[in-house]
Amino acid sequence: MKIVEDLYYSKEHEWIKVDGNNVYIGISDFAQKSLGDIVFVELPETGNKVNKDDSISVVESVKAASDIYAPVSGKVLKVNGVLDDEPELLNEDPYENWMILIELSNREELKELMNYKEYSDFCDEE
Amino acid sequence: MNKYIPKNNDETNKMMEKIGIDENDLFKDVNINIRIDKLNIPEEFSEIELLNDVRKIANKNSTINQLTCFLGAGVYDHYIPSVIDDIISRQEFYTSYTSYQPEISQGNLQAIFEYQTMICELTGMEVTNSSMYDGATATAEAMNMACNLKNKNKVLISQSVHPETVEVVKTYGKYLNKEINEFQLDDFGGVNIEDLESKISDETGAVIIQSPNFFGIIENISKISDIVHKNKAYLIVIVDPLSLAILEPAGSLGADITVGDGQVLGNSLNFGGPHLGFFSTSKKLMRKMPGRLVGETKDKEGKRAFVLTIQTREQHIRREKATSNICSNHALNALIASIYLTTMGKEGIIEVANLCLQKAHYLYDLLISTNLFEPVFKNTFFKEFTLKYKKDGKKLNEFLYKNNILGGYLVENIYPKMKGYYLIAVTEKRTREDMDNFVNLITRNF
Amino acid sequence: MKKDRLIFEISKKGHKGYSLPKCDVPLKSIDKLLGKDNLRKNPAKLPEVSENNVVRHYVNLSNKNYGVDSGFYPLGSCTMKYNPKINEYIARLDEFTNVHPYQSGSTVQGCLEIMSKTEKYLKDLSGMDEISLQPAAGAHGELTGLMIMKQYHILNKQLNRNKVIIPDSAHGTNPASASMVGFEVIELKTNKRGALDIEELKALLDDSIAGLMLTNPSTLGIFEENIVEISDIIHNAGGLLYYDGANMNAIMGITNPGMMGFDIVHFNLHKTFSTPHGGGGPGSGPIGVKKHLEKFLPVPIIKNDNNQYYLDYKRDKSIGKVKSFYGNFSLILRAYCYIRTMGREGLKEVSKSAVLNANYIMNRLKDYYHIPYNRSCMHEFVLSAKNQKKYGVSAFDIAKRLLDYGYHPPTMYFPLIVEEALMIEPTETESKDTIDHFIEVMIKIANECKENPEIVKSAPNNTYYKRLDEVGAARKPILNCCEYISS
Repeated sequence: MKIVEDLYYSKEHEWIKVDGNNVYIGISDFAQKSLGDIVFVELPETGNKVNKDDSISVVESVKAASDIYAPVSGKVLKVNGVLDDEPELLNEDPYENWMILIELSNREELKELMNYKEYSDFCDEE
Repeated sequence: MNKYIPKNNDETNKMMEKIGIDENDLFKDVNINIRIDKLNIPEEFSEIELLNDVRKIANKNSTINQLTCFLGAGVYDHYIPSVIDDIISRQEFYTSYTSYQPEISQGNLQAIFEYQTMICELTGMEVTNSSMYDGATATAEAMNMACNLKNKNKVLISQSVHPETVEVVKTYGKYLNKEINEFQLDDFGGVNIEDLESKISDETGAVIIQSPNFFGIIENISKISDIVHKNKAYLIVIVDPLSLAILEPAGSLGADITVGDGQVLGNSLNFGGPHLGFFSTSKKLMRKMPGRLVGETKDKEGKRAFVLTIQTREQHIRREKATSNICSNHALNALIASIYLTTMGKEGIIEVANLCLQKAHYLYDLLISTNLFEPVFKNTFFKEFTLKYKKDGKKLNEFLYKNNILGGYLVENIYPKMKGYYLIAVTEKRTREDMDNFVNLITRNF
Repeated sequence: MKKDRLIFEISKKGHKGYSLPKCDVPLKSIDKLLGKDNLRKNPAKLPEVSENNVVRHYVNLSNKNYGVDSGFYPLGSCTMKYNPKINEYIARLDEFTNVHPYQSGSTVQGCLEIMSKTEKYLKDLSGMDEISLQPAAGAHGELTGLMIMKQYHILNKQLNRNKVIIPDSAHGTNPASASMVGFEVIELKTNKRGALDIEELKALLDDSIAGLMLTNPSTLGIFEENIVEISDIIHNAGGLLYYDGANMNAIMGITNPGMMGFDIVHFNLHKTFSTPHGGGGPGSGPIGVKKHLEKFLPVPIIKNDNNQYYLDYKRDKSIGKVKSFYGNFSLILRAYCYIRTMGREGLKEVSKSAVLNANYIMNRLKDYYHIPYNRSCMHEFVLSAKNQKKYGVSAFDIAKRLLDYGYHPPTMYFPLIVEEALMIEPTETESKDTIDHFIEVMIKIANECKENPEIVKSAPNNTYYKRLDEVGAARKPILNCCEYISS
């Protein structure tokens, strides 16, 4: 299972990549493996304000639908529309294919996320 | 021993012995305090006794084969091709379950896929589900879907929608805090555009109309659609699928969701059920729609095959977040509808629709000429129309019944203000003789 | 012969499967009657097929289906019992199929009598005081019952009661129905014995609880021993008890939800009362309520004065209508026939036999598959294929392998709380021979999992259609063939 070093991670198996005051959000390799073949990704509308832990997106396989919870609060700036037609990209390379770009409203929240090492341990326990 | 329980005492004993239990163990978790002594249901019937009993009861009904039927109001006496009953009597269709095992359910799955296609063709919409219970519940589900998508709770429904549908929509809406208001008819029997405009706002999530409406009138769907969409609401249109053989479909006129009752597509009257509801919408909205969907795919050898798909919307996966609670639907009635549409085919349904249209207008003119009826609505109608009867409609229907005619629907029974309004349906099964006889009887006796 | 064509591919221009009389009234121009703007511009692309080819098409399709009359169908919680033929015959009688719902009351006394008598029998079986036959399916019954629950609390000015407790083993329709009535769903965990955890239940109770929805026996096939205590706890907390009747086949003539303390019940006529499933429906989901909730039942209610049945709409506390007309009459008629044919003793025998069959299968399979709850079951049980996982085989694979042996597989991956679940409900209409053979096959498959897992993982191997690409179907949905049929 692949874990990328320079990212933050949430307990919901999302990765967070900081880019200035914005963050890119995607799902980890662990998440895509446990979901199985992803057939559909429901993305939020741009401009929406989100609070940490809000359900902001849904990732679906044939027999399951999993909510994606906002790891941080902020405003949805952009979504990766390519996933509308090719949801399988999340299976093929979950770290290359981001889902949502959020403008941070509270940088402090980043401190609550896990780093590479913490997330590796977290996954071992799961 | 019972004819449906294939087990003799010896087998029962052997089974218990094998697993080391006796009869008292079977229900040992059921506390003695809640056991019942015996049921009060009568003793068992043999097949002969059952038939005698049921025939005696059946004879207390009058049927539309004994009567000449001019009654419609949502359920219609259309011709049902004989192939339908033969095909749906095949056990492989009627005794099977929902197609959860596609390898041995391709018959159902392909038939429903074809049904979805035919209903899309008729309604002019892009996606149709595999069926709902009836037109009224399909409308209520459409309301829920539209309001959820728009995140608004105000709904407007036309008074020209079938009253049973209005009732069902109100019941469903009441428990989800929807604010449902009606808008009125105009003098032509259709949607009162000014009233709609005065009641609609950007808080409205859904507007529900029916065309041809309850009174038989064809609505101006595209005009209504403009108003609805200007206010950023969804338009739900209830249609008679047979009318769409000759009428421009709601899908081409701006409907976001098209629903209706499919009884007219080869289903018997059945004293009101089972019929079926159909539900069609656009590709854009399909992931929020209720009900099962059949999709095309391939098996691993590359053979074209069909499967239930986009199931993550449904209750067995999404539970409280599902788009609807529907599980059992009306698949066999949808099969009937597809056999009907296949048998009648492209030309046949146009012929049926035209026969209804011509005959309804023939009877309309004839009734007006008696001077016992007067027109109340001036707009265009298809197979059903409303006239005002100048005398007592109840007496008229009693008299007609004595002469083996099932008269029209007395609108005043539900809308007391519409005194004397008489709703008459004419299908392709009515002959000129039936209609002449109907009119002669009335003129001779009233 | 090409057997895999769509009806649209069989269609040939000018072929027809119908005959209609010529128009016997003077023809008028359609343009004038309907107005040019209203006319359809492009005709619907429906097929054009002669009658004999219509029949052949559907016969071909039927041959790709599997029904209860084809063979054993142990689909848990679906009660796939035999569908008696006399019921089909009676339901097709002209006197029942050709009756219009708006005919005057005096001309439909037969229909009303069947309905009224069926209501009486359902009262007896459930211990309820009043019945409505209006709901069209089990889930529709749930919806109606929960509306009644809500209306009860509204009338008692307990508007804060907006939560319904539902066990984690419940059918998905339960939480979905609760949401459609605006209730919040509180999930209650099942304990190690497969029963409700009473202490946990107590901890959930406060004045926001509207009620509890329960299937008893549960979807695990386990009868809730403490049901009376549970019902007292809920009632004392001001809530109501809703009984999901999907599993009523286990208890007829033995006990009833009324005695257990339930206030609202739905029946599945298409399960317990032998009406056919029709490839997914139509079903029928009547509900029953105790006296204190009677006034809330949907309109109309069937009543009888001076030996005349009539429909009563004058009920100001009613929740309203939940469906057009009066329910799925022709299924109610079949249920009537079934109940009369079985009689009071026969119905009790149904439950006894169904429970024995399930226990027999469970006991004989316990050395080969993991049985998560080591206790006797009612009419169904759940086994887990988790021990087969080490061979790389899943419950899905085992289900597909059963197809090779000519069986319809059990319900898979439900209830959600059992890993690799296979839920088996034999019903009472299967013989010892059939059941013994099924057991042998299940044992054989358990051995195959060890010795030749590939044959299980690649199953089905003997069917005409092999495994389907469900992922592809969901990623790029093709939901009709409008785009590729010619006009």
